[in-house]
Amino acid sequence: MHELSITQGILQLALDRAEGARRITDVYLVVGQLSSVVDDSVQFYWDIVSAGTIAEKSRLHFHRIPAVMECRSCHQQYNLDGDHLACPVCGGSAVRLIAGDEFYLDCIDVEIGAAEQVQS
Amino acid sequence: MTIRIPVVEKILSANDRIANENRAILDGAHVFAINIMASPGAGKTSLIEQTVKRLARQLRIGVIDGDIATSLDAERASAAGAVSVQINTGGDCHLDAVMVHSALTRLALDQLDLLIVENVGNLICPANFQLGTHKSVLVASVPEGDDKPYKYPGIYCGVDALVINKIDLLPYVTYDMDYFRRGVEILSPGLISFPLSCRTGEGVEAWLSWLVESVKTYRSS
Repeated sequence: MHELSITQGILQLALDRAEGARRITDVYLVVGQLSSVVDDSVQFYWDIVSAGTIAEKSRLHFHRIPAVMECRSCHQQYNLDGDHLACPVCGGSAVRLIAGDEFYLDCIDVEIGAAEQVQS
Repeated sequence: MTIRIPVVEKILSANDRIANENRAILDGAHVFAINIMASPGAGKTSLIEQTVKRLARQLRIGVIDGDIATSLDAERASAAGAVSVQINTGGDCHLDAVMVHSALTRLALDQLDLLIVENVGNLICPANFQLGTHKSVLVASVPEGDDKPYKYPGIYCGVDALVINKIDLLPYVTYDMDYFRRGVEILSPGLISFPLSCRTGEGVEAWLSWLVESVKTYRSS
């Protein structure tokens, strides 16, 4: 499994972009079906690697994108699913992947400015 | 106050940057490099052994061997006549650009024509990590079954050549070559493939010709 190194990569990107912020509260990831990343595993490592940083206790959000193929003959779009790789409409095998291999950090929510007063 | 900061950056962008550096190092030394991926036991090391043995007189070949542990594979490549470097990934399921980068510094690249990178046996993770090599080669083997393109579509997208190993076992196992090839064609249209047997040597010649031709084309460009 390579989720540890991936999670460290996510953290590094987030910290780079959050420079000057007080705290990172939310981290939004876009994960395609073909990118072979296990959400639970990333979440598990996230809690460990983010500890002691401004991203500690931040929430991870996974936006999963199904793999979508498009038939080059009839332009039908369909989800990649098990052993149905060919076009379900015309049976054509000249197809291309149009979505599902994404894996990127979309955006982060950060708190800026002075710490708010904690009501006691 | 909370604000949203757009990032939109690939999480593996750091790896991709180092892969680009690797490519520049290889190009600087005019070394053609291939990344060989397959599941464990498909015959990556056997293919490399055959390749090195039969091409050692015409090409100077280096091998970077990725494995979870042990240097058995690198020893086999060396015995066949290659200069080899072992990378033990220490449990990681794939090679990444950083590991290959450090292996490159341990090779005398100016004394090589061809570099073969043997990835860790795995059909999932290696597909996501660019290494900086010029071509990716997938080794499938008959006993693994004909459904692998359907189950592991990611690794069949974006490879440059496919070796179908252990065809000498076709009479003994249930394997529908047409079904297998249909899946491959959909994921990677027009992909060049080499059905062969490293054990009997059948079909190996076509693979070697392709490889030698690829090296020639690269070095004359």
